[in-house]
Amino acid sequence: MADTAVLTHEAGAADPGLAARLGALDLPAGGFTAPARKAALARFEKMGLPRGRDEYWRYTDPSAFNAAVPAPMDIADSGPDGPLFEDLDRLRLVFVDGVFDAAASDDLALEGVEIDTLAAAEGQAGHWAADVYGTLEAEGQTRVARPFGALNTAVARDGALIRVTGKPSRPIHLIHRRADDSADVYFHHVIVVEPGAEVTVLETGMTGARSNYVIEVDVREGGSFHHITAKRAGYQKLGWGGIFARVAAKALFKSFNLSLNGTLMRHEAVIDIVGDDAVAHIAGAVLGDGKNGDFAHDDTVFITHGAERGESRQVFKKVLKNGAKGIFQGKILVQPGAQKTDGYQISQALLLDEDSQFLGKPELEIYADDVQCSHGSTTGAIDETVLFYLRSRGVPKGRAIVLMVLSFLADALAEVEDESLREQISERLDAWLTRHA
Amino acid sequence: MLKIENLHAKLEDEGKQILKGVTLEVPAGEVHAIMGPNGSGKSTLSYVLSGRDGYEVTEGEATLNGEDLLEQEPEERAAAGLFLAFQYPVEIPGVGNLTFLRTAVNAQRKARGEEELSAADFLKVVREKAKSLDIDADMLKRPVNVGFSGGEKKRNEILQMAMLEPKMCIMDETDSGLDVDAMRLVAKGVNALRAPDRSFLVITHYQRLLDHIQPDVVHIMADGRIVRTGGPELALEVEKNGYADILAAEAG
Repeated sequence: MADTAVLTHEAGAADPGLAARLGALDLPAGGFTAPARKAALARFEKMGLPRGRDEYWRYTDPSAFNAAVPAPMDIADSGPDGPLFEDLDRLRLVFVDGVFDAAASDDLALEGVEIDTLAAAEGQAGHWAADVYGTLEAEGQTRVARPFGALNTAVARDGALIRVTGKPSRPIHLIHRRADDSADVYFHHVIVVEPGAEVTVLETGMTGARSNYVIEVDVREGGSFHHITAKRAGYQKLGWGGIFARVAAKALFKSFNLSLNGTLMRHEAVIDIVGDDAVAHIAGAVLGDGKNGDFAHDDTVFITHGAERGESRQVFKKVLKNGAKGIFQGKILVQPGAQKTDGYQISQALLLDEDSQFLGKPELEIYADDVQCSHGSTTGAIDETVLFYLRSRGVPKGRAIVLMVLSFLADALAEVEDESLREQISERLDAWLTRHA
Repeated sequence: MLKIENLHAKLEDEGKQILKGVTLEVPAGEVHAIMGPNGSGKSTLSYVLSGRDGYEVTEGEATLNGEDLLEQEPEERAAAGLFLAFQYPVEIPGVGNLTFLRTAVNAQRKARGEEELSAADFLKVVREKAKSLDIDADMLKRPVNVGFSGGEKKRNEILQMAMLEPKMCIMDETDSGLDVDAMRLVAKGVNALRAPDRSFLVITHYQRLLDHIQPDVVHIMADGRIVRTGGPELALEVEKNGYADILAAEAG
C-alpha cells in the first residue's frame, strides 16, 4: 500500500478564511522549535482549513474552529464540581490559558523524569525535545489531513516537555485554568518515555475561549504511558485536540478521556504501533447534555499497526440527552506484515431521549492475512426491563438510570488501570448524572 | 395482606385485554399458588401488581395492607413491602451485586424513614444470608447476574428477597429452567423466609415446585380470571389430569 498523503486542499493564500485565520495569529519565532514551526506552517497553509465536505469533517461543523477569533465565553461557568484528583500525591503543573504558571505549580524536580516547559526551554541549545517537537504531528498527517495539528505546532508557545527515564513515584498532573474570556489558546506537550520507563500523566481543567492542544507521545521499547484526562463539567467549552503517539516494541500506551458537557469538542488520536508486541488502548466516556446550549463531541481515531503481534483497543461510550450530538470516527489500519495483530474497536451511544443523535463511522483496512480485528457500534436507549428490575427492588427511577448509565460506561472506565483513579472518575460521573437525572 | 378485586388490565400498545376480573385475597402468613395454562395472564398479573410499564388497569383494585398499590410507582410498592422474583432476572454489567443490593436495601429504608445500613452492617448480614443460599463471595462481587447460571440467578433473586425482607412476595415461575437440586435450594430459601407476617404468591405451570413450597391455597387461572380455588389437592389434580378437565368443568 502506498502511503499517499490525502492533503486535498487547494486552499493556500487564495482562501480568504485561511488568510484571516493566519492574520489573527501571533506567530512565534521559536528557539529550537523554529524549523518545526516553519514546516508546520507550510503544512497548514497547504492543507487549508477543513470544510464540511472533507471525508473526516462530514459530521462535525468546523466553522467554530475555522473562525479567525473565538467568540468570548462565559468562563465563570465552570460547573459545580470541584477539581479532580485533589487528594492524590502528584506533581502539579498549572497552565493558565495555556501559559505555565510556575508560582502555582510544584517544584518540577522528580526522580526518574525531566520536566521542562516549552516557553522556558525553547532557547536552550541541545534540548532533547528538539528532535521530537512537531515530528510525530507531521507523521500523523501522512494519511489524513489534520490542519489544526499543524497549526498548533506552528503557533503553540507553551506546554509540558516530559522525558521519562525511570519510574517516577508520583503521577504528573497538568492542570488547566481559564483567565481570559476571549483567549485563543494553543498548547503543545511533548512526552518521551525512554526504554523501560513508566509514567502516569493526568490532565484536567479548561482553558481559553477556544483551545487547541497537541500531545506528542513517543513510547520507546518496553516503556509504559498511562494518560488520563478529565475535562471540568463547565457548560461552555470549545476545543480541538490531537494526540500523536508512536508506540515501540513491547511498549504500552493507554489513554482515557472523560468529557462532561461542553459546546463543541473534537479529539483526534493518531497512534502508530511501530514495534512488535506493543499495546495501544484509547478510551473515552462522554456525557453530553444539550440543555444549556449546543453540545457536540467528536472522537476521531486512527490506529496503525505496522508491526507484529500488536494489540489495540478503542472503547468509546457516549451518553447523550437534550439534543446532544456524539460523533465517532475510528479506524484500524493493519499494514502488510503486521501479522497476529489483535485490533478491537467499540463505539456505543446511549441516547436518553429522542432528540439526541450519534453518528458513528468505524473503518477497518487490513493488508495482513493472519490478524484478528473486530469492531462494533451500537446506539440504544435505556432498557425498560432493566429499569423496571431496579425499580421493583426499590431503587428510585432517577437513581436506577444513574446505575444503568454507569453500567453502560463501565467498559470504557475499565481502561483506567489504577483503581483509585477509576473510583474518583466514577464518583464524578455519578455526581454529574445525579444532577442531570 | 394482598387483596385483588375484579382487576382488569390491558396491554397499552395493542389494547388487548389480558386480565378480565381477577379477584383474590392472600391473608398474612399464607402461601398461595397460581397455576394455569400458557397465556392465562399469570405473569401479567405479577407485572400489573408490581407496576411495570406497558399495562393499563381498566377496572378493579389491588391493595397491600389496605394501601392502594396501583397508584404507586414500582419503587414505592417495593418500599411498601412488595417483591417480585423475576422469571428472567436481568443482567446488569458493570454494577456489582453488592452495590446493587445495598442501593436497594438503603433506598427502601430511606423511603420508609428508617436509618440506612452502614457498609459494615450490610456486609455482615449479606454474607450470612448468602451462605445459607450457597452464594459465594465471588457471586456477590460479580456484576448483577452477569455470567450466572439459571440456578444462580434464581438464588440471587431469593437473596434479594431475604435482604429486602418484603411482606408480600410474588414469585413468577421461579421454577422455570431449574433442575431438581437447584429447585430444592431455592425452595429451602423461600421456606426459611416463611413467617406469620409474610405472604407468598407463587406462580407456576407445574405442581413440582409446590412439592417443595407447600401452598395453603391453590388458584387456577384461565383467560384472565381465577376459575377455581382450592387446597393443595387442586395442584395434584392438575398434575394428574391437566388443565383441560378443570377448564371444561368451569365452562360447562
